[in-house]
Amino acid sequence: MAKEDYKGIWVFAEQQNGVLNPAVLEILAKALELKAHTGEELTAVLLGDGVSSLAETLFAYGADSVILAEDRALASYSARPYEAALTQLAEKYKPSIILYAATSLGRDLAPRMMVSLKTGLTADAIDLGFDRDEVFYQTTPAYGGSILAHIVILEARPQMATVRPMMFEPIEPRTGAAGKLIAETVDVSADPDYEVLETAPKQDTGDAIEGAQVIIAGGRGIKDQADLEPLKELASLLDGKLAASRPLVDNGWLPHEKQIGQSGTTVKPKFIFNIAISGSVQYQVGMQNAGCVISVNHTKGAPIFDISHYGVVGDYKTVIPALVAEIKNRKV
Amino acid sequence: MKILVYVKQVPDTDDVKLDPKTGNIMREGVASKLNPLDANAVEAAIRLKEKYGAQVCAISMGPPQAEDVLKKALALGCDEAYLLSDRAFGGADTLATSYTLAMAARKIGDYDLLLFGRHAVDGDTAQTGPATAAQLGIPQITLASSIDVQDGYVICDRVLETCTQKVRARLPALVTVTGEINTPRYPKPINIMKALKKPRFVWNAEDLGADKTQTGIPGSPSSTKEVLEPPKRNADTKYFSGSTEEIAAQLADMLHDEHLI
Amino acid sequence: MFKFTEEQLMIRDMVREFTANEVELRDRDMDENGFDFDLIPKLVDAGLMAIHLPEQYGGGGGDTITSEIVINEIAKGSASIALFLDAHWLAADMILYHGTDEQKAKYLPLVAEGKVFAFGLTESNAGSDAGAIKSVAEKQPDGSYILNGGKAWITNSGIADYYLIMAKTDPEAGNKGISVFVVPKDAEGLTVGKFEKKMGMRGTGTCELSFDNIHIPAEDRVGPEGRGFMIAMQALDGARVSIGAIANGLMQHAMDKAVKYAKERTTFGKPIYKYQAVGFKFADMAAKIRATDLMIWDTCQMKDEGKRISVEAAELKLLSSRWACEVCDDCIQIHGGNGYSREFDVERFYRDAKLLEIGEGTSEILRMVISGAVIGR
Repeated sequence: MAKEDYKGIWVFAEQQNGVLNPAVLEILAKALELKAHTGEELTAVLLGDGVSSLAETLFAYGADSVILAEDRALASYSARPYEAALTQLAEKYKPSIILYAATSLGRDLAPRMMVSLKTGLTADAIDLGFDRDEVFYQTTPAYGGSILAHIVILEARPQMATVRPMMFEPIEPRTGAAGKLIAETVDVSADPDYEVLETAPKQDTGDAIEGAQVIIAGGRGIKDQADLEPLKELASLLDGKLAASRPLVDNGWLPHEKQIGQSGTTVKPKFIFNIAISGSVQYQVGMQNAGCVISVNHTKGAPIFDISHYGVVGDYKTVIPALVAEIKNRKV
Repeated sequence: MKILVYVKQVPDTDDVKLDPKTGNIMREGVASKLNPLDANAVEAAIRLKEKYGAQVCAISMGPPQAEDVLKKALALGCDEAYLLSDRAFGGADTLATSYTLAMAARKIGDYDLLLFGRHAVDGDTAQTGPATAAQLGIPQITLASSIDVQDGYVICDRVLETCTQKVRARLPALVTVTGEINTPRYPKPINIMKALKKPRFVWNAEDLGADKTQTGIPGSPSSTKEVLEPPKRNADTKYFSGSTEEIAAQLADMLHDEHLI
Repeated sequence: MFKFTEEQLMIRDMVREFTANEVELRDRDMDENGFDFDLIPKLVDAGLMAIHLPEQYGGGGGDTITSEIVINEIAKGSASIALFLDAHWLAADMILYHGTDEQKAKYLPLVAEGKVFAFGLTESNAGSDAGAIKSVAEKQPDGSYILNGGKAWITNSGIADYYLIMAKTDPEAGNKGISVFVVPKDAEGLTVGKFEKKMGMRGTGTCELSFDNIHIPAEDRVGPEGRGFMIAMQALDGARVSIGAIANGLMQHAMDKAVKYAKERTTFGKPIYKYQAVGFKFADMAAKIRATDLMIWDTCQMKDEGKRISVEAAELKLLSSRWACEVCDDCIQIHGGNGYSREFDVERFYRDAKLLEIGEGTSEILRMVISGAVIGR
């Protein structure tokens, strides 16, 4: 079958316990732009059990149609039944593009789909589009984050990518928007070899950086763990959370949940302080949508200043304690 | 129990230079190291071996120099090492890589557990592990922060975005581990000395019985079309300067104006 | 031309990583607060406590080159920790080379497991003149000994679990009247004084020891009676190579810091490394580092070949310890006022370096050894 015969843009509508992952709505918004370019139908593919009511949301956020496959074996996520179901649907409908959210679930499923459909899969795209040759590309930061790469899947179909959450704004929901709901039956059974024994909500330690409104982030320029103390103090004064770029997580000073960037968390705070962070692309993709960016770095040419609203070229070791003292003074 | 642990050689620097024409990494003069999360996978394998007894095989795909990380894996306690090296493997994307890695698992045979680091610091796709599981048609546990083997099952804790899970998969299975799972040991000098006497094998495409249309560039549906400088976004930065106290005062004024204090 | 084996290179890389992660960050703190006991389990786990002992005793089975690679790499992060290991090995070597099979089986596994050993020769009035020691072990009718006297400047004292003590068993016989004994830290009659307030190498323990009628069973004498001076001198030959390896590592550590500083620091509009006055200092340092490097591995190779190395070890220690002082001095000068501050590490290196000209044979004693060999030839 020729690649031209594959038509349609699919978004995998990741849901758990009947709740859509918010990233699905973001990806639908981006997929609408792709649709505007190619004119192909935009379809959300919804797997689960008793989740049909979610179709309405998917229509409201841009889907022309929803393929719904419900089965008891799909009630909770498990890699092999989901892989089997989605493979059957993709082989039947032959979409040109399939997009997944780059969540732990999406990253678990999509590589298996790549193998079962024998196609390409771009990891963790931060942007999608069509280039001057009308080729669909996926943008990812490459090698240390100093550079962006356009990845393409020239011959194989469908063209697949996992897409990083928090990169795009969902559209305003179109109230009452209707679409085509296609109920499909898939031939799947529960995986006898895989079982979730326990699930527990994550303990809220109170310092998660996701959803934080104020973030104080430290980076490579911090050479001594003790030098994090003024950052913590600033965070507590501003009711913010402490975070870090990768080097401070790699050396074990902060846990992985505190890492902003490509291989960590994407954040969207109102304020972010970047302390001794030079600002690699991989870091920037994790915080570029912050409202107000304030950076302190001793190198004037640091790339972080390119995306900062306020900058201080200087030594954080003196500037931050001075700021802490100043804020305390004013609060008295 | 036979454990296959997959390791990758990565550049020992964050400051990687790219060939502006090909977009490939310029490896010349750049030291390399064992991918840090693969060190966690090796440690997990060795701890299982110490606990239950196991034969641990370390596998790497790469150029001849990738032997160095296999030697390190042997020094850490792996029993034998396999280097998958062939020009036909070069330029592979994650599909072609997973095909090649799965062929090696089939050739070694009788495997119970395959271990991967969650991702490699140079490629950062986190796809090779699950894709290899799919190639072999076995279950997988990604993002494992703990691991144990009991009664023919591998049991792991997983830390996800909003919850933690305890899951089990029947062997043979594939597990990708996170950095939280353990702290890798240092290879003891005495084990380094013994490592070089352990069996090492180098396999090419023919040895694996691999179909060369599925390896390397021919087997890779995806490719890099172009590399570009990240767009410069000038945020019209307002800089504060002066003495430390003056800078602190200006920052505090700004935070006040922005209603943060 | 000397070349490391592949194993040795892998061990060097491993120790380098260990030093970067576990050793270097403790050095400044140990300068303020003394030896860090958390290090011992880490050294044990990494297989570094007894790398040169045979495998049957839990050791690493390494040759002299491999052992000195360990000392040299650790010294690139902390001269104190390297000196701690050197002293630990110096004491263990006496049991390894002169102990009975029973003594080896009893004590050598402890060396690997993390019990700390110390070598006790020097007394407050007898350092270089070892034959003048006053500690006496008086033989009893049952063959055991009663030890009286005291020691000073014993590296690892206060943190050691076992001391190898040199004492007179025949006070009239000078050097030929000295014997070696194992004294555990909890021996009745052993008093360990307060830690000395030293100029440098403050991460190692150094205390006064006093012996008040310590009872030592016959089986804890190491080597024949009266041979203690010979045993000690032989062990010291090896330890002087270690001092060379420490000096070399310390020089490298200091130069790395100074190079980094010279690239960052600007005066009159350009980084200071661009001034010849600074650049030439680095030239001298690099030459000294390379020269000592060659001497270290050559001397190690001789030792592994079973040759006597008294003169070569003395030459290595004489030059490398002086050069270490010179290099650290130059590194402070490059740092200017900052070099005089404890915020920057080079002043500590300078203080550490000075010990290398004094400990385990002063430069003056080494010159006696070397000149004696020259004139005797």
